[in-house]
Amino acid sequence: MIRIQNLSKVYKTNKQEIQAVDNVSLNIEQGEIFGVIGYSGAGKSTFVRLINRLEEPTDGSVVIHDKDITNMPKNQLRKKRQKIGMIFQHFNLLWSRTVYENIAFPLEIAGVPKTKQQEKVLELINLVGLSGKENAYPSQLSGGQKQRVGIARSLANDPEVLLCDEATSALDPETTDDILDLLVSINKKLGLTIILITHEMHVIQKICHRVAVMENGKVVETGDVLDVFVKPQSKTTKRFVQQLNPLEHEKDKLAEFINDREDSEVVKLHFIGKSAKRALISEVAKTFDVEINILQGSIAPTQEGAYGTLFIEINGEKEILKKTIEFMEDTGVEVEVLKHA
Amino acid sequence: MLEELFPNVIPEDLWEATLETFYMTSIAILGTLIFGILLGLLLFLTDSGNLWQNRFINFITATIVNVFRAIPFIILILLLFPFTDFLIGTIRGWKAALPALIFGAAPFYARLVEIGLKEIDKGVIEAAKTMGAKTHTIIFKVLLPESMPALISGLTVTGIALIGYTAIAGIIGAGGLGDLAYMKGFQRRDFDVVLACTILIIVIVFIFQYIGDTLSKLIDKR
Ligand SMILES: Nc1ncnc2c1ncn2[C@@H]1O[C@H](COP(=O)(O)OP(=O)(O)O)[C@@H](O)[C@H]1O
Ligand SMILES: [Mg+2]
Repeated sequence: MIRIQNLSKVYKTNKQEIQAVDNVSLNIEQGEIFGVIGYSGAGKSTFVRLINRLEEPTDGSVVIHDKDITNMPKNQLRKKRQKIGMIFQHFNLLWSRTVYENIAFPLEIAGVPKTKQQEKVLELINLVGLSGKENAYPSQLSGGQKQRVGIARSLANDPEVLLCDEATSALDPETTDDILDLLVSINKKLGLTIILITHEMHVIQKICHRVAVMENGKVVETGDVLDVFVKPQSKTTKRFVQQLNPLEHEKDKLAEFINDREDSEVVKLHFIGKSAKRALISEVAKTFDVEINILQGSIAPTQEGAYGTLFIEINGEKEILKKTIEFMEDTGVEVEVLKHA
Repeated sequence: MLEELFPNVIPEDLWEATLETFYMTSIAILGTLIFGILLGLLLFLTDSGNLWQNRFINFITATIVNVFRAIPFIILILLLFPFTDFLIGTIRGWKAALPALIFGAAPFYARLVEIGLKEIDKGVIEAAKTMGAKTHTIIFKVLLPESMPALISGLTVTGIALIGYTAIAGIIGAGGLGDLAYMKGFQRRDFDVVLACTILIIVIVFIFQYIGDTLSKLIDKR
């Protein structure tokens, strides 16, 4: 449980003051994967660095497991940091140390005896799937492997929370997915709370339970990932959601299907959670005397269930069309009838 | 054959001078290493944005380093005569050359150390902080190991400059190959002695360079 209250950070440079984080309050629950998304410069990195006090907050407080981080004396903070894991966009491994030695580093810092270190390091190497690479140097590893070392290292002292700042932004899409899968499995296996910073909606969609959207240092929207996806409130959030839905970009192509005829409608369907699994279209086709023409569709799985969009053209008598649409609405699917512009 | 080419060279003298140059250089390198790293760390750590950020100490250290680097070596020896006399008890012989050699080379090496430390990825230092590392842990387990190739190649460069300094020191009586070349060679117009000393100095330089390059390569896992 992490309680963040009225957290603010102002950077003072020679000429100006930059409010990087502006009065942010959030509660992050034990065991959840909490995402923070925002465009570059939104203040995400500053926010996450305030959590382990790599930056001193200008105002507000961060309480992790009932311990206030913000007013802790330095030596106590050092101890506490051993319980706050962090992984980075550029991995930040020590090139002079092998995989084994990199993972042992936080244990050396914590003063764990050598024999215990070995046990822990080998267990972690196993957990992140790097067995056999113990004696490799970082320069001999791929980006994904480096991040696995970073993850193993961050877990060495059994942290209460893991902070990830753009942990997959330097990786190719496939490797990104592997690393995200690893984070989910660690979250499940260890019940570890994860706070994840990203500018990619796809990362949020894939592994987060809840999300906060940041803009100009402020949190402009928070909620369950699925809710935010389906009903984005702020403009920024809408843009992020659209980023993920390729159909949104291709709406123009649907224009020729949209008309004013009474016996034809173009409908956009939003499937959320369980309803995504329902064979709605064939159900409708069997029940009503309509012709259904599928124009475009996509589905995106999230941690809380799937989220899909489908564009269809329905042809039939006006009355039947009306009933069909009502039927679809009753099933819990969101229905939007697209009108001619 | 060798006697024909170098009629005036006394092998025993040459060997003794070589050993003196070698001792002088080795001990001076050791001293330069210690003081250079201390000064370099101080320059780096007190710089803005770093662990011991402190304008005043940084300024003082930088000034000392710059002043000693600016003084020509031959003048530095003369300036340090009283200090050397006090410390070593004499101003003659290769031991007496050590203070000047170290004072001359350590500030130069300190700058190279500082450059090496600045090349360390800030993120790595930050990662150590997030693990709760103390400053001395960061110095000994991050800063020094991560900059080791630069520290070694910097020491090689400094060491070779030091060999040059020992020859200069030799001219005012510090012993070693420089001394031999000047006193027994140049002054008596026996240029074969000068040549023999030069060849040996070049050989020592090459040996240092080779050791430095090999070590640096061996240690560099980037
Ligand atoms: N050390 C710093 N000094 C001054 N301004 C900073 C510093 N770090 C970040 N900023 C500014 O704070 C704002 C937020 O930066 P950052 O937290 O890095 O955003 P993000 O991670 O979302 O891209 C930016 O305008 C950035 O220029
Ligand atoms: Mg950032």
